[in-house]
Amino acid sequence: MFALFELIGAWVLRFLDESGKVVILFGKTLYLSFQPPFEVRSLFKQMEEFGIRSIPVVLITGAFTGMVLALQSHTGFKRFSAEAYVGTVVALSMTRELGPVLTGLMVSGRVGSAMAAELGTMQVTEQIDALYTLATNPIKYLIVPRFLASLIVLPILTAFADVVGIIGGYVISVNLLGSNSTTYIKRTYDYLGLDDIYIGLFKAAVFGMIIAIIGCYQGFSTQGGAEGVGKSTTRAVVMASLLILIANYFITAAFF
Amino acid sequence: MENAKAMAEIQTGKITPEKSCKPEAGQTMILLKDVYKSFGRNHVLRGVNLEIKCGESMVVIGGSGTGKSVLIKCVIGLLHHDRGEIYVDGKEVSHLKERGWNELRKKFGMLFQRDALFDSLTVWENVGFALRRHTHFTDDEIKAAAIEKLKLVGLSNVENLMPAELSGGMRKRVSLARAIAMEPAILLYDEPTTGLDPIMANVINELIVTMREKLDVTSIAITHDMNSAYRIADRIAMLYQGEIIEVGTPEEIKSSQNPIVQQFIQGEVEGPITRGADFGHQTLHSIGGNR
Repeated sequence: MFALFELIGAWVLRFLDESGKVVILFGKTLYLSFQPPFEVRSLFKQMEEFGIRSIPVVLITGAFTGMVLALQSHTGFKRFSAEAYVGTVVALSMTRELGPVLTGLMVSGRVGSAMAAELGTMQVTEQIDALYTLATNPIKYLIVPRFLASLIVLPILTAFADVVGIIGGYVISVNLLGSNSTTYIKRTYDYLGLDDIYIGLFKAAVFGMIIAIIGCYQGFSTQGGAEGVGKSTTRAVVMASLLILIANYFITAAFF
Repeated sequence: MENAKAMAEIQTGKITPEKSCKPEAGQTMILLKDVYKSFGRNHVLRGVNLEIKCGESMVVIGGSGTGKSVLIKCVIGLLHHDRGEIYVDGKEVSHLKERGWNELRKKFGMLFQRDALFDSLTVWENVGFALRRHTHFTDDEIKAAAIEKLKLVGLSNVENLMPAELSGGMRKRVSLARAIAMEPAILLYDEPTTGLDPIMANVINELIVTMREKLDVTSIAITHDMNSAYRIADRIAMLYQGEIIEVGTPEEIKSSQNPIVQQFIQGEVEGPITRGADFGHQTLHSIGGNR
């Protein structure tokens, strides 16, 4: 019985310890983001790495999500003759919810893991210690560019996912399910507000911060060689994905 | 012309912090007073006392896991000691904040056990890393300075390669070139010959001696390679069970009466270290004091 309490206590302490460290890292990163010198070269390199190379994955995810959404909502709406609103549902779902969340999850798998693996390898091969000895703050040099790149790139990727998702839904509805093209576009245009898009992009920015901070935190706290790098990479993806889903609920609730 | 000017500034040390410590005056560059460091219940350093004179080459020997790396990491602030005082060039480091450490670290160069070259940068970018961060030189000037430092460690035509394309010995030398790029006052060597073949190990030993002669630096090297220790040390200190149990010149260490020191330097299987006996506490007091 005591062993169980001990186990729970240890788990709670570890959770609080890790949460505190993540929050401190976030605070330091935020502060250093506004301190010169600005790592512009590194920022653009990371934006290319995270952004441009993630475009194919995000476009495929967005397109197929929009397409399946059209199919599913058409099936449901047909039961009470509301097929005309499929476009509205696809657009609202993509911009408010599925665009940012699925982009966040996909990028978390691709970029968050890469960050944890790269920084974790640097940690176990003493490259991060080397930065300190060269009078360079590793948070400023390594984390800030990744954090800013992720923060900037994720809303852009989400916008791409939204657009191709809506187009995907349109293609399926009009070409496969026989919806009227004009009605579909009109319904989408009439009911989709700018607020819906802004909320989605805001979510994406928050998810971008989560992916970068968790990926970098896991990388920096790596211990124990190649095995440690593997564990950090897995933890980065799992933690970032869970936090994205949790943050998604709270942001949605806040703007409900 | 610009390159020549940059090189002249680097050579004359204009871009480095002023070296206040003068070897001829016999001043102390690094002083550790009763330094303790623990990791949980693992008490690694248990009252380390050590003085390193200006311009001196000190080698700290000791078995694996005795805390040698922890010791030099405390000196450069990669780890923070729990108790005691560490002075670097007259400044006590315990209360330094990040900015203070960054300023102080400009006096240091460090060669890491696993060379710690940045994988994503070319050789010259690695060597010129600190110059790029802390000076206003252009890339061409930094590259010229890096090539000059690479020549000092016996490497040429490697500046555009990536670290992954180099052999172990070459990586070590590139790492040394990076450590001396800012003409530091203090060089720290963490197991400089570990993992190298005997010939390359000697090449690195000779380079360390050459660096000291050419750059007039104070250095601390940690190693368990006694050939290396005898070659590069002015004095050798032995760390055992968290304390410095003996300090002396290589000759004094060779003729030490301490059975722990003798077992270690002879590499004997049988002896107080392997018996796990508490001979570690037969310290300086019982064998004639700190020389």
